[in-house]
Amino acid sequence: MSERLQCVGFPVGRADAVDKVSGKAKFTHDLVLPGMLHAALVTSPVASARIVSIDTDAAQSVPGVRAVLTGADLDYHIGLYMQDKRILARDVVRYQGEPVAAVAADTLDVACRACEKIVVNYDPLPAVLDPRNAVGKDAPLVHPDLHTYEHMQGVFFPKRNTNIAHHQKIRSGDVEAAFAAADVCIEGQFYNPPVQHVAMETHAAIAEALPGNRIELWTSSQSPYTVRHLMSKAFAVPHGSIRVHVPYVGGGFGGKAGLHLEPLVYVLSRTAGGRPVKLVATREQEFNTLPSRQGLHSDLKIGATSAGKILAFKATYLWDAGAYADYGVNIGRAAAYAGAGPYAIENCWIDSYVVYTHKLFGTAYRGFGHLEVLWGVERAIDRIARKLGMDPVEFRRKNLLRAGDRTITGEPITPGHGSPRGCLDAVAKEIEWGSSTHAPTVLHKRRGKGIAMLHKAPAMPTNTACSAVLKLDEEGDADLLVSGVDYGQGTYTVLRQIAAEKLSIPVDRVRITWECDTAFSPYDWSTVASRFSYMGGNAVIEAAEDCLDQLRQTASLALSVPPETIVCRDGHVFPANDLEKRLSYASLALGYTFPNGNSIGGPVIGRGRTIAHGLTHLDPNTGQGLPAQFWTYGAHAVEIEVDTQTGEVDVLRIATALDAGKVLNPMLCRGQVIGGIVQGLGSALWEGFRFDPQGRLKNGSFVDYKIPTAKDIPASITPILLETPQPGGPFGARGVAEHPMISIPSAIGNALFDALGIDFAELPLTPERIRLTLGPSGSAFTEDIADPEEDSL
Amino acid sequence: MYKITLTVNGKREAATVPASLTLLELLRDRFFLTGAKEGCGIGECGACTVLLDGLPVTSCLVLAVEADGHEVLTIEGEAKDGILSILQQAFLDAGAVQCGFCTPGMILSARALLSRTPSPTHAEIVEAIAGNLCRCTGYDAIISAISLAASRLREKEEGSHV
Repeated sequence: MSERLQCVGFPVGRADAVDKVSGKAKFTHDLVLPGMLHAALVTSPVASARIVSIDTDAAQSVPGVRAVLTGADLDYHIGLYMQDKRILARDVVRYQGEPVAAVAADTLDVACRACEKIVVNYDPLPAVLDPRNAVGKDAPLVHPDLHTYEHMQGVFFPKRNTNIAHHQKIRSGDVEAAFAAADVCIEGQFYNPPVQHVAMETHAAIAEALPGNRIELWTSSQSPYTVRHLMSKAFAVPHGSIRVHVPYVGGGFGGKAGLHLEPLVYVLSRTAGGRPVKLVATREQEFNTLPSRQGLHSDLKIGATSAGKILAFKATYLWDAGAYADYGVNIGRAAAYAGAGPYAIENCWIDSYVVYTHKLFGTAYRGFGHLEVLWGVERAIDRIARKLGMDPVEFRRKNLLRAGDRTITGEPITPGHGSPRGCLDAVAKEIEWGSSTHAPTVLHKRRGKGIAMLHKAPAMPTNTACSAVLKLDEEGDADLLVSGVDYGQGTYTVLRQIAAEKLSIPVDRVRITWECDTAFSPYDWSTVASRFSYMGGNAVIEAAEDCLDQLRQTASLALSVPPETIVCRDGHVFPANDLEKRLSYASLALGYTFPNGNSIGGPVIGRGRTIAHGLTHLDPNTGQGLPAQFWTYGAHAVEIEVDTQTGEVDVLRIATALDAGKVLNPMLCRGQVIGGIVQGLGSALWEGFRFDPQGRLKNGSFVDYKIPTAKDIPASITPILLETPQPGGPFGARGVAEHPMISIPSAIGNALFDALGIDFAELPLTPERIRLTLGPSGSAFTEDIADPEEDSL
Repeated sequence: MYKITLTVNGKREAATVPASLTLLELLRDRFFLTGAKEGCGIGECGACTVLLDGLPVTSCLVLAVEADGHEVLTIEGEAKDGILSILQQAFLDAGAVQCGFCTPGMILSARALLSRTPSPTHAEIVEAIAGNLCRCTGYDAIISAISLAASRLREKEEGSHV
């Protein structure tokens, strides 16, 4: 592209921001429909039990109650990749917080009072809470009927009569021979607890059951078309009978992908004679009932030569899926094929097991398993480097993927893949790696630096598709329709920039319709996996080119010149050699009218479509194949100060480099990167579910579960965006949405080792954990505890 | 039931409410001012922040009857005659908005700060929004926006003295 860009790459402000700063943006929370009922839930107080009986008589007789449902009324299986869920628990409950009954009533107060009158009789069953126990021989089965569940065939492999929902294998080379040849080996166990997304808007959905088995939904969803598809499957109604609206969504982070409250509000509406029913999750339900990020136990072994070349990598990943793995199976798959980090490793053996337990279930969360596996991998990489007496940055440089290498699934790396080395060098320079940290101001404080790499590709089906429609109006302005959802990422603004760039009009002449509506908006798979600006961007480019073709065709007839000589620029169409003959888009957008009244053309509507290209399923036995549309690489470097008396970690500065391919909007990209870094700090330092021995969540509210506040952000955050163009990406762009938070915990953990000589293996790195690890003598830690082989935490 | 009167965004309003009704419910369900959001219902997240006599409150923890005779400012009262306030414009210009669910509360906390501290330090800005949770932005751009608004407000103030 020789011409200078006019819109793409500029810090264009958000189109949605005016509505949002004015309080006018309508979220599902804010919607009220005529005759609308309000729903409330009864949830299980126990982790594992048989439902002996549910007495709803008293609730039914509360004035204003219009529908009462229990699992006994609802014989449906739902789920995304694995259909293992019920709309309401049926026969058994599998986690504390699982919905067992629901009421729809004239007001929320009435619905809640009716719920209080529902009496559920539970007969406790054995619970298995730790995935390490759940894979044992005699473990209670969370899903005895696992082998009967529908699931995506050839991609996921549930194991009959076990708690294993999916086993992903990655096999390349000869791992045992390579370990035998290695000069040094390290082994380590690591743990990530489940955490919550904490989107500020809790889940909300409204359904109206219409005559003729039609369903209309308004939902705080990341995936209008996936909701439609899964509703269609669950209730055996045609896709066209279901209409899904997605208004403004108050944050998602993966937690609003898949199917959540939508089936329940629909059956409540159906039961209530078709009156619309609204259900808004309380914050406590958001923590206790709606899914979280899965926990992970990692067991790693790495072998390297004395020269610092990694020879072999072996890992067992045990994912704590919780009670349902409808989405979680794909996390166990995707994080496995990325599960050795962005390194060239010829001999690799990974077993990734997605394991059911009787706990709150997991789902997609920004990073999709990569933050979790790279917590262990990047800590282990530091350890083996130190064991070799080698600088961790130098060790990484020797092993990073480069053009000509292959990934652990056999995908060839090309120059177009982006530059992990460039990212590493950029953050090392920014943090002044190698120069000693400044002396802390107080004796009982210690400073340290840490570095960590990250990579991630979109985890998506091999046939993931996306489309866009562009309509020109009377002014020659454009209306853009897509079904990806902008829940804060900024993707709609970027798509407007792309459309404006291609159409050669100012960006404020491209509007985007904020409410997605499957009745009008063209298909998109799901707004997840950091692939919407990539795929949506490509669809918009094609739609814009289609518009330009139509404009050229009409102008060719209007001007009696061949279409191929016609140029579209600055909102005008003209023969390349004759600007005087120019016609405005406005004069062509609905068709062109000659002076005598004859008219030609017609309304300009461009359509663009795209589908994943070249992806394959992974071989079930070896994991070999092509799972990635593109990879995004990055690196973080941090400097921290830790108070040895209190265990508090103060993150002094963070540098984050990501190879974005092309920064489509520097302001929005920077905002998204900083937001991701801070979300990563939450996972690193504070966030993690705690369960009691009965499997009940102990910190399921904002009182006990703290996310970063404005007071917790580092004094200095430096995003660095590299631009190695992505072949096939819109203007060379690749996704960067999830990536900023991946490996933030790893970098902090590595910096803590630098500061204290302690190898932390479990997250989060709370003051309590650090202080207790330092021992009773407080600041009197010694070099003795610095032996990485003694790691036992 | 209690009869109350209060001023909301400069306009006198009356309502008959049960003692248990929160100010947030009054604003959202009775007056259809849905800019104040419920993020937790227990005063921990700040999404429901409005100004009561100029001071920020989490309206989910204030009873409607407590607002009787008082003055409430919600996000809907921040723009005047369809023109965004300097604070709102600064949120746009600094890229301080992502999903937007926390934004009304953030702006009102910032409004309360700037009305008593026209030249806030970085620490004062952080303190003012420490009770407003945001999961998208990492707060950086929000702090910049408030700082930008403060400097624009000062310029305007100085300009008006010329």
